[in-house]
Order: sequence, then C-alpha cells, then structure tokens
Amino acid sequence: MCTRQVSAQTDIDGIMMTKNNFCVGAMYGYSSWKNYWEGTLKRENLNLGTVSTQMVSVMGNYGISDKLNILFGVPYVKTKASAGTMHGLKGIQDGSLWIKYMPVEKTIGKGDLSVYAIAGVSVPLSNYVADFLPLSIGLRSKTLSLRAMGDYQAGKFFVTASGTYVFRSNIKIDRDAYYTTEMHYTNEVKMPDALSFNVRTGYRHGNWIAEAILDNWTTLGGFDITRNNMPFPSNEMNATRIGANVKYEINAVPGLSLIANGNYVIAGRNVGQATSVNGGIFYIINFSKKAKKAALESKKQ
Amino acid sequence: MTMKKLTIYLVIAVMISSLSCSKSISERNLSFPALTPSKTDINAGAWKPVLLTAPTDITVAAPAATNTPDYIAQINEIKSWQSNLSSDEKSSVAYWSAGAVLRWNEILRELVAKHNLPPYQNPDGTYPIPSANNPLAYPTFPFANPPYASRAYAYVSAAIYDALVSAFYYKKLYNRAAPYKVDSSIKVLIPKSDLPSYPSEDATVIGAAVEMMKLLFPGDQDYIQQKAEEHKRARIISGANVRSDIEAGEAIGKAVAQKFVTRARGDRAGAAVGNQALWTQFETDCIARGETPWISQESPKRPPMLPLFGKVKCFLFDSLTAISIRPGPPPSTSSDQFKKELDEVLYYSENYDRERTRIVHFWADGINTSTPPGHWNAIAAEAFVSENYSEVRWARNMALLNMAMMDAAICCWDAKFTYFNPRPSQMNSKIKTLTGLPNFPSYVSGHSTFSGSAATFLSYVLPAKATAFNNMATEASLSRLYGAIHYRSDIEVGTTLGQKIGQYAVDKAKADGAD
Repeated sequence: MCTRQVSAQTDIDGIMMTKNNFCVGAMYGYSSWKNYWEGTLKRENLNLGTVSTQMVSVMGNYGISDKLNILFGVPYVKTKASAGTMHGLKGIQDGSLWIKYMPVEKTIGKGDLSVYAIAGVSVPLSNYVADFLPLSIGLRSKTLSLRAMGDYQAGKFFVTASGTYVFRSNIKIDRDAYYTTEMHYTNEVKMPDALSFNVRTGYRHGNWIAEAILDNWTTLGGFDITRNNMPFPSNEMNATRIGANVKYEINAVPGLSLIANGNYVIAGRNVGQATSVNGGIFYIINFSKKAKKAALESKKQ
Repeated sequence: MTMKKLTIYLVIAVMISSLSCSKSISERNLSFPALTPSKTDINAGAWKPVLLTAPTDITVAAPAATNTPDYIAQINEIKSWQSNLSSDEKSSVAYWSAGAVLRWNEILRELVAKHNLPPYQNPDGTYPIPSANNPLAYPTFPFANPPYASRAYAYVSAAIYDALVSAFYYKKLYNRAAPYKVDSSIKVLIPKSDLPSYPSEDATVIGAAVEMMKLLFPGDQDYIQQKAEEHKRARIISGANVRSDIEAGEAIGKAVAQKFVTRARGDRAGAAVGNQALWTQFETDCIARGETPWISQESPKRPPMLPLFGKVKCFLFDSLTAISIRPGPPPSTSSDQFKKELDEVLYYSENYDRERTRIVHFWADGINTSTPPGHWNAIAAEAFVSENYSEVRWARNMALLNMAMMDAAICCWDAKFTYFNPRPSQMNSKIKTLTGLPNFPSYVSGHSTFSGSAATFLSYVLPAKATAFNNMATEASLSRLYGAIHYRSDIEVGTTLGQKIGQYAVDKAKADGAD
C-alpha cells in the first residue's frame, strides 16, 4: 500500500491519491516525426521536413476519498515544420477532467488486484483551428472517455491494463465545404469515435515506479489520406506505441516527485511516426484536517 | 460528504452535456427544395447561344403523338414504376428535382475536388504529368488545379446552355405536353409545369454534361454514368418525362457537347504544361529584364502550374483583347514600393489572429477542394436556388459566370507568366505562410481575378445581392494577403482585372435575349 503514496498523475495508471491530497504539477513534452503514414503508405514529406510539437501542461489530481479521485489537465501546444513555408500554430488546447473510481481492491494469490472505472471529458479551451493538419494543435472534438482498468501488484512488480471507448463530437471548421471520399456542403465534420488499449508493467516500490508501456489508439471509422493529399481531422488515425515511464519521489522534500517518459510509434495509419519525450515535476499538498492541524501546531512551536 | 457529492454531480453533468450533441449533419445542398420555375422561359430557343449558330444546328425529329401505342406504352412505364416506389426511389426523385443544372454543377465540383491533388514526385526529383490516355494510372488524370477547373466549369456549363437553347426551341416547336397533362392518373412527384416536356430539359443537361466529362474526367465514367442513369430514372419515376422525352433531350445534349469537345481540343489547353526549355526561358527572360524570377518553393522544385494557360482561347473575347487588358508590371523587386509591400506580408505572417485565419481558411480553396471557381459556383448556386429560375436560365447564368472565370484564369495566367514575379516567401524567408503556397508566380492573384469576375457578373444577375457578392470578393482577395502568399499589388490589380473580365460577361448577358 505504501506505493499508493507515490503521487498519481494520470488517469491511466493504477495509483490513487489518498483522501484530501492534491497532487499538482507541470509537464513538458517534445514530440516529432519525419515519416508518416499516408493511409498505409509510409512516406516522408520534403515540404514539411520534421514536424514537431511542444507541449506544456498543468495537471492535478485530488483525492476525494481513497477510492475516488478527480484529475484535470490543461495543455499549451506549439507546432512547427522544419521545412517548407507553412507556419506553425500555437495555443491552449483541450482541457480534460477525469473521475477515477476504484470499487474493488482485494488480495488474490500473492498480490493485490484493484479494478477501476474511469470517465473523462475533454473540451477545447481556446478557439484554435483543427483544419490545418499536420500543424493544427488539436482536433477540437469534445470527447467523453469511458475506461475500465485493472491493476495487479505482486511484491514490487505490477501490471496494469485498460481499455477505453472515446466518444468524439463533431467539429466545425472554417470552410463551408470539404471533400472526404465525397463532397460535403457544411462546415461540420463528423468525427469517428475511437477505441484505445493500454498495457503497462514494471517495478513499483518505495520511491520508484519504472514501467514499460504498450498502447494502441484505433479510430472507429474515418478515411485514408489520399495520395499526396493533406491530412484531415476525420481521417482514420491509428497508432500503436511503445514507451517507458519512470517516476521518482524525492526523499528530501516529501511530496515532491519527478517524472520522465518517452514513447515511439511502431505502427500507424494517417499519423506521424512520432518519438516523444516528456518530463515533469509534481507536488502533493495534503488538505486533510489532521495535516492542517499538525501544520498549525508545528507553527506554534 | 456534501462537497464530495456536489463535485461528482458536477463532473457527471459536464460529461452528459458533452454527449448531448447529435452526430447527424445537415448538408446545405441536400435540403434544396424542388425547382419551381417562376416562368417557363418558353421562348429561350431564341436566346443567343455560345457556339451554336442557331438552335436548329441540331435536328430533332417530331415526337410521336400522345394517342399512339408507342406513347401509351411509355406512359405505362411511368405507371409501373409508380405502383411500387421504394424510399430510395422517392429520395432520388427529391434529390434530382432540385434542378438538373444545379446537380450536374455539383457533380462537376465534386470531381474537381477529388482530382485537385498535385502529383507526387518521381524518384529522380522530376514530376510525372497525368495522361488523359491513361487516366487511372498514377498520377491519375486530371490534376484538376484552378486553371484546369475553370476551363472544365466553363465548357460543361456553356455546352449545357447551348444544348438547352436548342431543346427549348424544339419544346416550343413541338409543344408536347408533360405526361401528367396527357394522363391525369399519373401521380406527379415534382412541381407541375406548363413547359412542354419533349425534349426533356433534364436529359439535355445530362447528355451535355456526360459527354463533356468524358473529355474532362475520363477516369470517372463509372460514377458519371451511374449518376446519369439515376437522374433519368428519377425523371420517369416522378412522372415528369416519358422515355422518348429523355432520349431526345439526351441526344441534343450529346450533339451539342460534341461541338464543345471539338473546340476544347483546339483551344491550346493541351499544351499548357510546357516543357523544361520553356520553364527555363521564363526565368532567363525575367533576369534579362533586371528582375528576380519566380522560383518554386517546393522540394523538389516543381515546374510552374500550366505556364501556357495564358495562351488558351478565351470564351468572351479574342486573344488580342486578352493581351490588351493585361495589367502593367508589378512593382520592381528592387523598388521601395516592393519592399513596403513585402514588409506588409511579413506583418500578416507574424501577426495572424483568429478572424484573419478564418478568412484565410474559408477562401483557401486549395488542394482537394473544388478550387476558387468551384467555390464561386457554390456561392452562385446557393443564391440561384431561391430565384426559381427555369433550367435554361440557370444554365445561361452558370455559363456566363464560368466563361468569365475561365477567361479570368487565362488573363491571370498570362500576367503571371509575362512577369514571372516571385512569391513573398521567396523574397523573405521569415515569411511563413498560413495556407498552402501555390506553385506559380505571384502577380496577379488568381483568387482576386476569379472573385472580381464572378462578383461583377453575379451582381448584374442579382443586383440586390451585389454588396454581398462584392464583399465576398474583397474578403477572398484579402485572404491571400492575410495568408502571406500575395502582395497587396497582386490582389488589387487582380481584382480590377477580374472586374474588367466580369464586365464582358455582363455585356454578353445584356445582349443574349434572356433579360
């Protein structure tokens, strides 16, 4: 159980914030790709060169109870193409809000099984442009994600697996007509829903978490980028990624932790073959009455 | 606990509200009402055609009388369709009843959008050129770029118009009533009309459009023929036409289109691609004039788009007139005026805001779209829908609009390759573009020329909407400066050139007998 005290940052790991604890922090990420899949054809584009995305986000996780957490994230995104004439874009992207509920936690065999029901929404927080791929900062779709997740920890090792259904709302673009596989005379674009799976396994003990991650995102519909065309928000965008994540809680400053991770797209469709690295720093603030009282008393002394 | 519950309810409420929006989309063109012409234009056979010398250039046999066994059999064909209508057949009738000129214009726009994709380079860094003789092999034919598209719209629209002038001549001459007037037991699924139904105006449009598109979109015949069959069936199912109305109309359309195909084969568009020697010549000539020549900003460098399109034969005036309205040269690349205009482009590149971005994207009409001429066809069509025109008036307005825009493309391309002026981002690498950079010289702006010509003609047709059309043209034109791909001179001089060309269409309209 002590591992649970390592700050939980994400909506997709088997870690809960304890009651009245608030973990807040910031992440920086850099992602780039040179090759992408035009449909199933892997290619480069000399008029884009390397397309890079930088992201800074503020995230938080509050423990309403030991079994119920609320999480949020607000990212700022900036894109750039290293070649060609196209202007990169920047802005505040989609804010997300999640509830994470752990209804089941019991010992099975030598380890502990916990089961989670997770739901999240995301909404664009600025009036950014979706229809300028690959340089748009996001797709603008409002989403609702419903996730089932299980986590099993035996000794210092664990495995977490989850599946998520993502409902995606239609979006509006600045054009009033567009071509997918046929012509559409509207500024509204039907966005296909998506399904994602995530498996992570590794070491989780004391101050450390070190894990390997495999995930997949599959769009349930959409269409392929045609030959030498530009991408479109309602393309069928699929990606399978491998990655690693490390989290370390610093002893000298209780509640302060550092996080670093990276991932790489190993297979995809209508997406860039991105390599991403992220780093962040998080701090836990304890709002429980007991802690406040203790803090107050320590001041008096 | 209360706080906790409140938070949960709040989160659930946000989640539900995010799902509440429905995914079904209503597309503007699918809700157009059935065409109900306010007048039949029964005398349109006397209107001046584009290529025909007279409506009787095409011979149409007199129809069978309505009391013959042949005709009665055709009436029974309608009745047997109507006895068992599926919902698909009903929605097909509703779709096509919005108007033949309208729907075939939409089909053309769709094909242009589908084919408006620049070919990918060869391994050696050269670019393949689509071949009309092998349209399905990559790069598929055509690359429906703006000049190609403007010409396609003009030929299809003009052929449809001439064919309808001929069809209306014979309608009046033979005066055979619509099937539902002959046999009142026929259900009518479209608005009734006093217009004689032989030859069918819808089938005339189909014949002309299909025949023209064999030349322009030779790889899409399966799609085009399927649409044609669906349309003809819808006319029979709806009780609007008997089969012989359809056959006679289709024959006129095809025959008239043949004349336009002959013209198209000789209008010099086939040679517009040029060759390496010619591409180099533009550059050396420009340097010889002491100016900085245009250089492709694509990688690998792509030859300029259809550099000889400026030599194509115009519809509204002759080639000497085209040269006489050629704008004077742009500001020299070494002048202060040029530097000032370049700085202005840099300003818009670095200081984009959401509203200007909206304008840039709304009017971009770049790859995989129906091009700026296609956008103006959509604008015109959506304005015409509420005007209750007859098919022949629809066709006449579309023909003049599109002939103006094709001639705008010709004159614009003539200026572009006369001056071979560099794009702003070539002259200052700090200028990043907010839309795709077109691969041809800068002066004058194609968007501005197209829009100037279209708005001028549409303002004549619908004076009540003149301000709206002109505002749209101004916005379309400015979008190219905001997008950091054109100088102010390009858009201002392009607009003036377009307006001049639009006026030729207005003059034709005033003299063709329709108004």
